[in-house]
Amino acid sequence: MTLASETRTFRVSAAPHLSPGADPAMIRNFCIIAHIDHGKSTLADRMLGVTGVVDARNMRAQYLDRMDIERERGITIKAQNVRLPWRADDDRDYILHLIDTPGHVDFSYEVSRSLAACEGAVLLVDAAQGIEAQTLANLYLAIENDLTIIPVLNKIDLPAAQPEKVGAEIAAIIGCDPDDVLRVSGKTGQGVPELLNEIVRQIPAPVGDPDGPARAMIFDSVYDIYRGVITYVRVMDGTLTTRDRCLMMSTGASHETLEVGVISPDPHPTGSLSVGEVGYVIPGVKDVRQARVGDTITTSRRPATQMLGGYRDPLPMVYSGLYPIDGSEYPALREALDKLQLNDAALTYEPETSAALGFGFRCGFLGLLHLEIVRERLEREFNLTLISTAPNVVYRVVMEDRSELTVTNPSDWPGGKIAEVYEPIVQAMLLLPTDFVGAVMELCQGRRGVLGGMDYLSADRVELKYTLPLGEIIFDFFDSLKSRTRGYASLDYEPAGEQLADLVKVDILLQGEAVDAFSAIVHREKAYAYGVSMTSRLRELIPRQQFEVPIQAAIGSRIIARENIRAIRKDVLAKCYGGDITRKRKLLEKQKEGKKRMKTIGRVEVPQEAFIAALSTDAGKASPTGK
Amino acid sequence: MPQKPPDGAAPPDDGVLPAAALTELAERPFGVYIHVPYCAARCGYCDFNTYTAADLGGALVSSVGLTTFVDIAGAEIRLARRVLGEVGRPVSTIFLGGGTPTLLSPADLARLPRLIADEFGLAADAEVTTEANPESVDPAQLEQLRAAGYTRISFGMQSDRPHVLAALDCRHTPGRVSEVMRWARKAGFEQVSLDLIYGAPGESDADWLASLRAAVDLGPDHVSAYALTVEDGTKLARRVRRGELLEPDDDLLADRYVLADEVLGAAGLANYEVSNWARDPAARCQHNLGYWRGDNWWGFGPGAHSHVGGVRWWNVRHPAEYAARLGAGRSPAAAREELDPDTRRVERIMLGVRLAEGLAFDELDEPGRAAARDLARSGLVEPGGLESDVVRLTRRGRLLTDTVVRALLAD
Repeated sequence: MTLASETRTFRVSAAPHLSPGADPAMIRNFCIIAHIDHGKSTLADRMLGVTGVVDARNMRAQYLDRMDIERERGITIKAQNVRLPWRADDDRDYILHLIDTPGHVDFSYEVSRSLAACEGAVLLVDAAQGIEAQTLANLYLAIENDLTIIPVLNKIDLPAAQPEKVGAEIAAIIGCDPDDVLRVSGKTGQGVPELLNEIVRQIPAPVGDPDGPARAMIFDSVYDIYRGVITYVRVMDGTLTTRDRCLMMSTGASHETLEVGVISPDPHPTGSLSVGEVGYVIPGVKDVRQARVGDTITTSRRPATQMLGGYRDPLPMVYSGLYPIDGSEYPALREALDKLQLNDAALTYEPETSAALGFGFRCGFLGLLHLEIVRERLEREFNLTLISTAPNVVYRVVMEDRSELTVTNPSDWPGGKIAEVYEPIVQAMLLLPTDFVGAVMELCQGRRGVLGGMDYLSADRVELKYTLPLGEIIFDFFDSLKSRTRGYASLDYEPAGEQLADLVKVDILLQGEAVDAFSAIVHREKAYAYGVSMTSRLRELIPRQQFEVPIQAAIGSRIIARENIRAIRKDVLAKCYGGDITRKRKLLEKQKEGKKRMKTIGRVEVPQEAFIAALSTDAGKASPTGK
Repeated sequence: MPQKPPDGAAPPDDGVLPAAALTELAERPFGVYIHVPYCAARCGYCDFNTYTAADLGGALVSSVGLTTFVDIAGAEIRLARRVLGEVGRPVSTIFLGGGTPTLLSPADLARLPRLIADEFGLAADAEVTTEANPESVDPAQLEQLRAAGYTRISFGMQSDRPHVLAALDCRHTPGRVSEVMRWARKAGFEQVSLDLIYGAPGESDADWLASLRAAVDLGPDHVSAYALTVEDGTKLARRVRRGELLEPDDDLLADRYVLADEVLGAAGLANYEVSNWARDPAARCQHNLGYWRGDNWWGFGPGAHSHVGGVRWWNVRHPAEYAARLGAGRSPAAAREELDPDTRRVERIMLGVRLAEGLAFDELDEPGRAAARDLARSGLVEPGGLESDVVRLTRRGRLLTDTVVRALLAD
């Protein structure tokens, strides 16, 4: 044990690229912009191999994606970074910093911070599939940030690769010569050294004031149970060292600088980070909210006066109630959320009580994927079984007396006179083969979308721009899009303010009693469809009771849909199977067990499964086509 | 494949029962069930443990290997005697079920009660029943059965409508039942019962009414009427799954039940258990009452279930394995469970409430009694019964027996 760590320390200090105080002229900071499945992680792994920071024996597939969920879904949620030593074809030794960016629209703020830490971006596109909306959105973001773009086709070893066609498409988008599009295979490693040389040649070296007060931008912040919060930073000016206390400029709080270092691919303490360098700072805090993504770190000895631009507080876009199926797990859920929040500055939650579901939490998320990831982590890492209520966006409600309130939960919908309701909208970008334009337009119009433009990327690929209410796309929009385009369409969106909308709250009543978990805020034109779909669905899901149970959908006191669960008339096992009493008793025990899992609403017993099924994502929608 | 038996603990090879269970033997009536696991053909709805000649690979229907079914059952009867020792009272009921017991030869059928009587003694007023398929009996055979001590015969009439019988895969024609009924009376059977099934695919309310009327007109002493249930693994279940037949609807079955209770009641047959009606208390099936009352009985034959003093066990299901076990001198029991006092109380409530004689209020705990009063208010339990400390179901309550039982057991 001791011997191994000494050997390692020796090796670390011997490596020149890990010594402090690198010359900014010899540094290149870059990220890779790519769609899920286009091979970003494989290429990154290949770069680790080619530069020798990971030998083949220690190579784990997709080294940079750390969380289990990231590995399973093949996406990056938390940004990672790694320092790569590279002797370029000019025979000089460079330091490359690869910053791996999150790959989903929910985390676009994190993406923007990662891009701000780079001078260049590798635009990586699958040579068989072509560019996707997500990639395009991030590409535009990179171009706005004045990043140098190096276009690269990946998977050129695949039989289905169409490098000429896709290369021409990329060249048309970024305005370069098709011959300038590099070709690599992350799988075989072909073209990777050439790409690294191009990165050195094309991407500018970082520029900053080496002697000014230190300023470092946090582009990611993670919680480690042993070290507390670890921030990943890009130093813009000056030098951060462990000798100075660090100061978070957004909060004004100063902390002891426990450790400063670089990652290659394991953490190596260097004692300092200078202008242009990318690495980590451990500021001795316990909660990522004290060291948020986008914040500027300076030193309390010689503080900078001006924060780096672009910081903003993460704002939840989607809310949902999370409830433990077993009520006794409520304290465990609270504890788990507390722990998750240490590592997730965007997650918000507060206690909530539902007559139907019991005690739970109203949680705010960046988007639907964020919701799913949090829920999955709660279930997987903390062994909880949860119900989540239909996701809800944030509405601004103006009352007739001009007072205003923000509604993130149908239960908070005001009962009084409402003057106006504003809903959040997004600018959506959809990339799809031309064959599916009609189907996608129909889908978007059905979701109250307004077409903003249509551009042909090539003869058979088109980009559609739509303004859509966020509330219309958080349920199942992406699934519908995929099924209507046989998986060929891709989607990206960004918040685009709010619009006036004719929205109403639809309540679902069981025997005249509203079930809070099923209430939804929907557009007036869709209220009927929601009511019909929910009542007929519940009629199937709720078992017959001793008495008739009306299920109604209502806007205020006006009933818009009604179903009846007829009273049960027969519930008896007639036969006795030649004295097989045991079987009958076991059946009874099973029935009793099932009854224990029922929630009683008024006098109506509703099985847990009915809530889960009715609240599952594809159920909450107001589907005009019915079942 | 027939229904999978429940899980249970492995019983000892010699079949020995706990001493505590044996001490209860003398306290309650002791019955005998004999399962004859053979049929000429399998009916589409039936999930009972029964085998046709084809199932057994062409072996003789009434024999396993070189020994007849009755010889093998005889081995289990002798094993039962070793296990039980002195019961302290003679056997009060024998019931031959199946399968189709009347597929056995008259001589074999005659031997079975004798084997029982030889080992355990048979009460003078014992009820000795055999089930019979109308297709598989003749006058001479019925005479022989009566002479051999059988007192009661239960015919599987099922329906009076040809298309319903066809849907159920029954081979007899409607007129056949009145004929066998006449033969049975002539042979001296004083207790004749008819089994009916309602809710078969294609059966209308009118069909069911016609079947009930036909049954009543034959003057049976006892009628059992069962709702058709689609059991997993039956041909019927496969056809329902394929969408060829509709599963009987519960509301429709409830209507048919009400119709049965009306017609049978009007004909002087009173309901005494959820699915059973009798001309008078003496015509009630004493053997089946033993099941509901928690009496003791030994079930002989493949897959048969037994109960003695809070111990339940059941035999291996396949005739060949059953024969092999007994041939090797081992108990044919596949598994057993020893019920704790709480489970026995649950069973007493679950079973007792099905009977018209009702469930003693004493069996219920305080929440159970409160539930009983609630059920009386909702019309499932007779308020009059509660006044005399008995929980007795109304007709609506009988249709919702499982609901009632769950409420009475609510904790």
